[in-house]
Amino acid sequence: MVISFSPRRLWAIVLKEFVQLRRDRLTFAMMIGIPLIQLTLFGFAINSDPKKLPMAVRSAESTTYTRSIVQALIHTGYFNIVSLTSSEREANNLLAEGAVQFVLNIPPHFTRQLLRGEQPSLLLQADATDPAATSNALAAVKEVQKTALRHDLTGELAKLAGTDTAFQINIHRRYNPEGITQYNIVPGLMGVILTMTMIMMTALAITREHERGTMENLLAMPVRPLEVMIGKIAPYIVIGYVQVAVILSAAKWVFMVPMLGSGLLLLGGVLVFIIANLTVGITLSSVARNQAQAMQMSFFFFLPSILLSGFMFPFRGMPEWAQILGSILPLTHFLRFIRGLLLKGNDFTLAWEHLWPLLIFTLVVMSVGLRRYRQTLD
Amino acid sequence: MNQREAIIEVKGLSKSFGDKVAVDKVNLTVYKGDIFGFLGPNGSGKTTTIRLLCGLLTADDGEGKCLGYDIRKESRTIKRQVGYMTQRFSFYEDLTIRENLDFVARVYNMKNRRQVVDEALVQLGLEHRQNQLAGDLSGGWKQRLALAACMLHQPKLLLLDEPTAGVDPQARRDFWDEIHRLSGLGITVLVSTHYMDEAERCNRLAYIAYGSLVGEGSPKSLVDDSGLTTWMIDSEDVHQLADELRDVSAAQQVVPFGNTLYVSGTDSKALEQALASYDQRDDIHMERTTPRLEDVFIRLMHSSEEKRW
Ligand SMILES: Nc1ncnc2c1ncn2[C@@H]1O[C@H](COP(=O)(O)OP(=O)(O)OP(=O)(O)O)[C@@H](O)[C@H]1O
Ligand SMILES: [Mg+2]
Repeated sequence: MVISFSPRRLWAIVLKEFVQLRRDRLTFAMMIGIPLIQLTLFGFAINSDPKKLPMAVRSAESTTYTRSIVQALIHTGYFNIVSLTSSEREANNLLAEGAVQFVLNIPPHFTRQLLRGEQPSLLLQADATDPAATSNALAAVKEVQKTALRHDLTGELAKLAGTDTAFQINIHRRYNPEGITQYNIVPGLMGVILTMTMIMMTALAITREHERGTMENLLAMPVRPLEVMIGKIAPYIVIGYVQVAVILSAAKWVFMVPMLGSGLLLLGGVLVFIIANLTVGITLSSVARNQAQAMQMSFFFFLPSILLSGFMFPFRGMPEWAQILGSILPLTHFLRFIRGLLLKGNDFTLAWEHLWPLLIFTLVVMSVGLRRYRQTLD
Repeated sequence: MNQREAIIEVKGLSKSFGDKVAVDKVNLTVYKGDIFGFLGPNGSGKTTTIRLLCGLLTADDGEGKCLGYDIRKESRTIKRQVGYMTQRFSFYEDLTIRENLDFVARVYNMKNRRQVVDEALVQLGLEHRQNQLAGDLSGGWKQRLALAACMLHQPKLLLLDEPTAGVDPQARRDFWDEIHRLSGLGITVLVSTHYMDEAERCNRLAYIAYGSLVGEGSPKSLVDDSGLTTWMIDSEDVHQLADELRDVSAAQQVVPFGNTLYVSGTDSKALEQALASYDQRDDIHMERTTPRLEDVFIRLMHSSEEKRW
């Protein structure tokens, strides 16, 4: 017998789906919320032409000429002076820590050599771990070389004005001299992969117990919330390390990413990050009512993590509100930690700058999770 | 009656879900060594009451003690000494039988874990299947596993929520023999059930309807106090007879069992008069009998329905 297509039966299914969808508030909210969030993030927050990048100036002298050059750099819109220093060590630290993107070095006797027509050089050091973040700024420097002293060069030197021969700006791309994007992406990818897998796996952990009915039994036994939470995340720490091992091997032997920092520090930092993500997962799990909700929530967390952390787009290209939002996310700090460690060879003191925010994040999220963990079935 | 130790003693226990009152001012006293049967129609609040007792739900109102500990404040201590068997199978289907038992033994910090689990497996008769996934067991075997698991830590009080639903008669009998043995050792058992033969094996019963306790006592006293009169009528054509009797107002319950009809009512005189005419017919044989528990419970349910409306 051939069963013919029945519009009534079709209608029955359509109606049922609508009713179910209406009951599922979260899915409904996500369907409206995700496009809005993506529009905001892509439309307003993300800017792959970052301006006003922080710069330190290490100047051995201050004359009309040097001031004009600095002014011209600021005028491009790409540079923003945040620090003046005379110590080379301090300048280096600022760059390694990531507090500044550039250091401008003005050597002694620069003005004297300039006036003698000796074509002296300035040194501009750039943190090139993320080539995308600095490339436009460095391109603008060429123009500065031509125009900076247009008005200052008079008399005998006037013939040099408007050419790029009066002085040189030597650009030194530090940490990633060849501007290889993999150096930046591959360590970053480690953070992204850990975020995604760690959160999703644990987000299901408690909702699964609720959904399968095993929670009733677990609650009837004398186990404490902290025992359940830690017990549930512990196995994933091992899984996280396995992932790290795979990614690091690929980074070293396939992508030839340099690994300058200490291996022990790497393992320690990774542990802090893995735990931060696992607590997010377990907390989402204690808030969500079922597994589908837990998945949706993890996705909801993952989206800004990937867009606002500086993984996909330069962090400094985002407006302030987006940077503040980004600074809450663990991935942001981990990216700085791991890039600093692998590419810059940062030691513990410098790495700590990016690790303590992760620890605070973990504590806060864990306490929310413990509070939300339902010890009864009410 | 000698002073017996009360293991469960609660007063005015109430719990609502939204507008819905699931448990309404329930007073309950269960003594040490009791086999306390907990009966009531679907949705009457049995599971909810049991969950309140072991601290899985927090009561809106009421107070009481379980094993001498306050059910509101000391539910953690209570949990350690209570064995709770949930109505729905709630052990891990993706763990093997042995792994489930091992887990329970570990959670309760049992010292001689291996030995305890081995013994439980032997007693269950599952030692040759111990490495099978719990999810692959049949429904009845799952119940038996759950029961074994909740008794593993030798609790002083067992709260069993329909432990024998779907269990075969032999296993059910074994189960009840075991319950009686435990009771002899001084373990207290509160068990909910829908089976009348099981109710009869309890030494005390409570009947709950719409969240309120409507009857309590030994099976015999419940029958004696029910005020019901029951007649057993044998007839060739029970269905015809049943149809006729259903129109008789004194015959409040008319229940056919094979070729026998059980007719009960609270007004024994009126019932006797109404049945008198049938007694004349020679294709009918009738005889007065003691009311069955089932009739008593249905009577309790109907009278609490009347009171509600
Ligand atoms: N978590 C809950 N949320 C809302 N209502 C609930 C909840 N748990 C129970 N109820 C309601 O409380 C009432 C009592 O339910 P309970 O499960 O205690 O009944 P029961 O006597 O165990 O029934 P059964 O014999 O079917 O197992 C029911 O009406 C039920 O719908
Ligand atoms: Mg129930």
